[in-house]
Formats: sequence, structure tokens, C-alpha cells
Amino acid sequence: MAETSDGPLAARASSKALAHLWMILGVIVVAFPIYYVVIASTHSTQTILRPPLPLLPGAEAYSNYKNAFSGGISKMGGVSLWRLLGNTTLIALGIAIGKIAISMASAYAIVFFRFPLRMVCFWVIFITLMLPIEVRIQPTYKVMVDLGLIDTYPGLILPLIASATATLLFRQFFMTIPHELLEAARVDGAGPWRFFKDILWPLSLTNVAAIFVIQFIYGWTQYLWPLLVTNSNEMNTIVIALKKMISFADADTPWSLVMVTSVLAILPPILVVVFMQRWFVKGLVETEK
Amino acid sequence: MAHILLKELRKSYAGQEVIHGVSMDIADGEFVVIVGPSGCGKSTLLRMVAGLEGITAGTIEIGGRVVNDLEPRDRDIAMVFQNYALYPHMSVRENMAYGLKISKMPKPEIEQRVARAATMLELEPYLDRKPRALSGGQRQRVAMGRALVREPSALLLDEPLSNLDAKLRVQMRLQIKDMHLRTGQTTLYVTHDQVEAMTLADRLIVMNKGIAEQIATPSEVYRTPASEFVAGFIGSPAMNIFTIRAEAGTAILPGGHRLAIAGIPASGEVRLGLRPEDLEVTDADTASIPIDLRSVEHLGADAFGYGVIVGSDILLTLRLPGTSTAQRGDRLNVAPFPGRLHLFSIETGKRI
Amino acid sequence: MNRTVFPHKLLPWLLVTPQLAITVIFFYWPAAQAFRQSMLREDAFGLSTSFVGFSNFRRVLSDPNYLNALQVTVIFSILVAFCAMSIALFLAVQAEKIVRGKGFYRTMMIWPYAVAPAIAGMLWLFMFNPSFGTLAWPLRQLGIAWNPLLDGEQAMGLVVAASTWKQISYNFLFFVAGLQAIPRSLQEAAAVDGASRRHAFWTIVFPLLAPTTFFLLVVNTVYALFDTFGIIHAVTGGGPGKSTETLVYKVYNDGFVNLIMGDSAAQSVILMVIVIGLTAFQFRFIERRVHYG
Repeated sequence: MAETSDGPLAARASSKALAHLWMILGVIVVAFPIYYVVIASTHSTQTILRPPLPLLPGAEAYSNYKNAFSGGISKMGGVSLWRLLGNTTLIALGIAIGKIAISMASAYAIVFFRFPLRMVCFWVIFITLMLPIEVRIQPTYKVMVDLGLIDTYPGLILPLIASATATLLFRQFFMTIPHELLEAARVDGAGPWRFFKDILWPLSLTNVAAIFVIQFIYGWTQYLWPLLVTNSNEMNTIVIALKKMISFADADTPWSLVMVTSVLAILPPILVVVFMQRWFVKGLVETEK
Repeated sequence: MAHILLKELRKSYAGQEVIHGVSMDIADGEFVVIVGPSGCGKSTLLRMVAGLEGITAGTIEIGGRVVNDLEPRDRDIAMVFQNYALYPHMSVRENMAYGLKISKMPKPEIEQRVARAATMLELEPYLDRKPRALSGGQRQRVAMGRALVREPSALLLDEPLSNLDAKLRVQMRLQIKDMHLRTGQTTLYVTHDQVEAMTLADRLIVMNKGIAEQIATPSEVYRTPASEFVAGFIGSPAMNIFTIRAEAGTAILPGGHRLAIAGIPASGEVRLGLRPEDLEVTDADTASIPIDLRSVEHLGADAFGYGVIVGSDILLTLRLPGTSTAQRGDRLNVAPFPGRLHLFSIETGKRI
Repeated sequence: MNRTVFPHKLLPWLLVTPQLAITVIFFYWPAAQAFRQSMLREDAFGLSTSFVGFSNFRRVLSDPNYLNALQVTVIFSILVAFCAMSIALFLAVQAEKIVRGKGFYRTMMIWPYAVAPAIAGMLWLFMFNPSFGTLAWPLRQLGIAWNPLLDGEQAMGLVVAASTWKQISYNFLFFVAGLQAIPRSLQEAAAVDGASRRHAFWTIVFPLLAPTTFFLLVVNTVYALFDTFGIIHAVTGGGPGKSTETLVYKVYNDGFVNLIMGDSAAQSVILMVIVIGLTAFQFRFIERRVHYG
């Protein structure tokens, strides 16, 4: 944005300084809750329970985290922190990869083939676009019970894959591929699989990355659905486990461990978003419009 | 290399026929240009040969084999697209090798063929670049190279030069011609540009509204256009064409001027075509057409005069020598060269 | 022009089958069940069901608790959408003025997007917990009787704050993109015409942002309606005294806590109608935007 740095329309120095001030204020408000919990996770339960909390890290960081990983959490929730993180990772990855796989396949079929009932298929998928699982939880839950999917990974993953967003997104992107590219590939002798593998997939990588981030976050942050279809603590996600810890909070609750769990529940998705920011922002803004 | 036979090819979209029965026998090694205005069906015809469009009726033979129902890859053809359709994520080398790789050609031979094409097209320095790092002309050459390395029975080119600027287009045109002479590849070339058509073709197919109006060598097409459409489409500036009335073997021109024309019907109306360069300014006021000059454009070697036939509003274009001093407002008598007149039927548009 | 396609007829069916299967099993089937169940009534012991037509809908729509949930939802959604969008727009406009450090600010702003709604709720509850919340402490010092677990309005304030906080990231990214898409020449023209910056913002920039704003309005409404379940569940559990019970929360409560299937199903159907309405609204609007180019 070098060209915006001067010229009559560039912000004056004073207004620029003011803008920085506002942004810093905004960042403080936005980042404070996260900073707060990170700080809290480094203090002892006694310190946490005696407000105000110091704004600098405490000395208990090592012992809190060590305690959490070496069984402190198991005592509270019945399963280890590793298991919780493992479950959540598996579900988030399952949703992200599953969604990319099935939606790429169906978008590929809809854009690059002509077959009977093609538009019917498209609409059947398209209508599900904006109906989140929250509006049909009760009957969906019943379906899960009927299929015996309660307390299973497929039960946690599959219903959340049933959405049209990624399909529409891939369809939109595939339609921007010049059709001469397909023709050239066909003349070169490529069939559907080779065209996908050699040409479409490499060209889709940015979009795949964007959708991966968005869906990974979506999977990681799921709440209502895991709450319903998991009875056993073994199947809990870290978000659900955290909620359970707080629900049964009493004077003896080791808040320092709750804070550690909170940090571990928010850190992985934040890292994914920050490190894949470029694709994430592009994917979010360009595709959801 | 092979000869291509098109028999009564037809194509319909949703019941609407867009190609109305095109037949042609293309000899081995021949360079055939399909030319016509946009929407005439020329690209559709080429894509039917390529196998990218289905065939409603008729047959296509390539090298003595009916290919109607074969996939493009099984037809032994290669194609150059108007926008080149280079794979954006592959290097020049990979782009050229892709088709060969799919056909499971041994690696050394692929490398050898790519190297040969790269030398011929002067692409060696760019082999490891991606298409977006190339200029328009270089991309065009990569597209050519990708088609050539296949050494196909037939090479199909769909307006390959239309995305280049004028200067580059002339250069590439010469290069394509030169390449054809060297490889002797049977070639089908689609263009709307009549200069490309005239200069490249061994034979032309002039298409209009899905019909092959004329299939002939460039000079035949120019000298004896088979229809009024061909006459008007080929030649620049365009041929002067207007309606005349025949009376007892003489032609009555617009404005009432009489002109003796050999081969004119005894009576009725016909269309008369006169190329600008086939009109000569004379002193004689008989056997000539009087015109009022409206403007003169000097191009250096030549000049073009635009004038109306006296007593009418029919505009004629005529070629004048570059040294001509004629100017707006002059009245000239112009006489058509005998034997260079074209007569077309009003009803059918066909040559008489 | 017709797209060239592969000629296969069976393969595409194989490719769409996984998604169709999942969509039918987990979407159409449950949705149909919801419709069916919304017309049925179970007896007190769950032993028999009978067809009751629209009477579940009638009862739900005349239930004061439902009307309360509707009111809570409307207030909650308006507050969240307005706060999240106005703060994000304000910050996006500030960010546009900045040349150096833009990337840093953006990175800092997107964090909350990655935080689960339920955890967002918990974080805010930690901070404002009446007994040990660090930010509740100054409120107390100021003499405010701060206890969101007992006071309905304070509870609403807390869930609105947490929900807004989480949504600012998303809105910020879209507003920044929207602002960047506005041709500079238009602002230059306004400057040449003598408009002040503030005036130029409200008469040129803001109207041109309308597509983004409109899109975000729909997204934020859907967010407030559904995605905030976790926040409410974690912070207030719908309480105190149903003061933060939204429509989605009530569907959950009636279906899974109180086990009134017919009513819960009828509420699901009503929610679906609302969402379909919103979607249709958005698509009409998007189509119009396409025409304007």
C-alpha cells in the first residue's frame, strides 16, 4: 500500500496517530480476555480467587501445566488432557478433511459433468446452505440414536459435514477455471481423475487451505452437538470438558487447572488462524461473499 | 500425419441446427483455414473435429479411421487454443510434456521431443518458467510447442493469434507458415482474419451461418467468389456490390447508366460485384460509370477514392495510384476491367 | 457458451453420492422428522402419540415463555449485531488510515474468531465473575451491585459483551476488505468536490459499503440466533429466570431438558422458517448486487 502513504488523501500525521491509538485500544479490548486467561493459568488457585489478578505472569506456570498434563485434569474430568486434545483434534480434522473431500467431489461432479438430475442434486445440497445444526438438533439426535452413533467419532463428525458452504465455494471456484484448460487437458489425454489430480487440485490449493482453516476452527469450536451426542467422558472434547469442570465448580475447584485447560482449548485454533492467516482471510472474505 | 475426411457434418443445439452439412476432403499435409465472421460456426466445426463437441450427423475420418465417437485423446490430434490454455501451475517444460507423459512415453523421448520443439520455437531460455512469467508471444509459442511435441495426425488451431498485437501477429503468422513447411503437418486453422486466411491457407473454407459457402484455394476464392457473401467477406477494402437491372443483355446501373456486361441474364435484377482495384479511371464517357468523389485517402503507395454513382446514392470504393491528384468533388469516369466483374443471383446469392 | 464437460454418466453420480447421502441422512431425514413430530403429541408417559395438526404450533406461539424467548432473542440479536458491526466498522476505518502496522493489528484482531463460543462465554465469566472476576472487582468498588448470576439485565449485558467480542474479528475482516474495494478515485473525487473527510465517509464510503454491511447484517443475525448457544449455555444457562433464554436455547431446553418433543419440534420448524426467510432475503439481495456489477 505504498501509494497510499502520501498524496493529498493520505491521513494527516495527527489523524494517523489517533487511528493508531484507537487500534491499540481495540486490540487491548479484543486481546485482553485471552491475555487474562493466559496470565491466570500461571498463577495459583489462591491468587486467582483473590481479585484483582496481577497483570503479569506468575511463578506457577510450570507447575500448573505440569500438573494439568500429568493427571490433574483426569482427577476433575475423568480423562486425561491428552485424550481431550486428541478427541478435539480428531473431530476438527475429521470435519475439515471430510468436508473438503465430499464437497470437492460433489462440486467436481456438478461443474465438470452433465448427468441426469444434476440440477436437482445441486439444489438438494444448496438448500442446506444456511440451516445450522442448531435448528434441527432434536430430530438429528434421534437419527443418531437410531443409527447407534452416540458416543462415536462418526456421530460427532458426520452430521457436521452435512452443509453446503464448502460445496458452493468449490463450485464457485471451479467455475472460474477457464474451460479451455479442461479442453486442453482432454486433448492431452487426461481423463477425469488425471485432470483432477494434475490440474484442478494444484490450482485449488489456496482455496483448500482457506476452507481447511475455516472448517478446522468450526470443528474445534463445536459445542452444542458434542454436548448432546457424548455421554461418556472418554468422548468429550476439550470445550465440553471445560464446561463440565466449571458447572461443578465449588470451593475446591482447582481454578489454576481450569485456566490451563482454557488456554489449551483456545491455543491450537488461534495458532492455526494466525499461521495460516493469509489463506484464511482470503478464503473467508473472498468466498463467503 | 493423415488425411481428414468430413462427410455431411451437422450439429444441432437443442433442435437448432448450427452446422448445416459440411463436407471436405483434406489431403495429408494440407493447411486448411476455416474463415468466417464470428458466430458462423467455424470454431464449432473445429471443435467437432477435435472431439470437444458431439456430432449430430455425418462422419469425421482422421487417417482413414472414423473418429465420431472417440474421445479427443484417442483421435491423435493436438490443439492450440485462442487463450492458449496453458496449465498455470506447470513450467513451460511440464506444459509441453504433459500430454506425452499421460500417453506413457519413455522419459528420454519426451525430453528429446520437448528439446526439439523448444529449439524450433526458440523457447529454450524459458523452459523452467511458469506461463505467467512469459509475454503473450512466448505463451503463444508454448501453446504451439505443446501441440507440436505430440506429432499428431492433425494439428488444430483455434484463432491462435487473435490475442496478440498486430506486429507480433505478423511475426507469428510467418513462423506458423514456416513451421508447416518444415513439419508437413495436416493442419486445420480457424480465424476471422482474412489476411491470416489468405496468407496461410493451401485451401480455405469460407463459413457463413453454419454453411461452407466456398471451399477453394485463396486465389480462387478471391478471383471467383462462389457467393455474394464470400465476395464481400474476402478482400480489403471490401468489394463494391450493388443491384443492377438487365434489359436485353445490357445492364442498367443505379442512376440509369448503361453498361455492357458479358454473361448478364436477358432480364431481371442481379447483384454486380466490382473490386476496388478492378476499376480504372478513363476519359471515355461510354462503357464507364460516372462517379462523384466524396473523399480520397492517401496511403502512400496507393490511394482509395470513395464516391457515389452519379444520380444514385450507391457508394463505390476504387483504388487509385498513389500519385493520383483526384480530390473531393471531382467527377470521374471509371470502367471495370473486362472479365473481372462478378454477378450474383439476388435470390440465392450464388455466383452466376 | 456451453461448457465442455467429461462425457461420463455414472462417475458424477458416484462423486455426489457421499454428500447426498450425508445430506439426506443428517439433514432431510431429521428435518422431515421435525415436521412430523411438530404435528404429534406424546402422552405423559411417552407410551403413545397422536396426530394433533397445528395445535403444537398454536400452543407454542401462545406460550408466554416462548414469547419471552422471542423477545429476548430479538433484543439480544439487535444488540449483538449493532455492537459487533459498529465497533468493527469503526476499527476498520481506523485501520484503513494506517500505513505501517496494519498486518500486526489484523493479526491481533482475528484471535477471537478462533475461540469457541462456549469458551468465549467462560472467559468473560472469569473476568466478570462476581466472586473472583478481576473486572467485577472495580465494579464492586464503584458501588455497583454486580451479580450477573442474579440480575437479568446484567446477565444480558454479559452475554451480549461476550458475543460481540467474538464476532468483531469476522466483521472487521469483511469491513477492511469492503473498504479496500472502494475505488480511491471516488474518495479523491469527493475531496476535489470539497467534501470533508467525515462528510465523505457518510455520503460516499458508507453507502458504497452497503453490500458488505447488508451481508454482515444477515451473517450477524444468524450468528446471534444460533452460534451464541454456547455462550449463553456457559455464562447464564438461560437464566436468571429465563432472562437470557433465546429461541435456540429454548429448543434445546424443551427437547433435551424438559423432554417436550412436540413443542421442541414445532419450535425447530419455526426456526427453520426464520432461517429460510433470512437466506431468501440474502439471496434476493445478492442477486440484485450482481446486476449492479
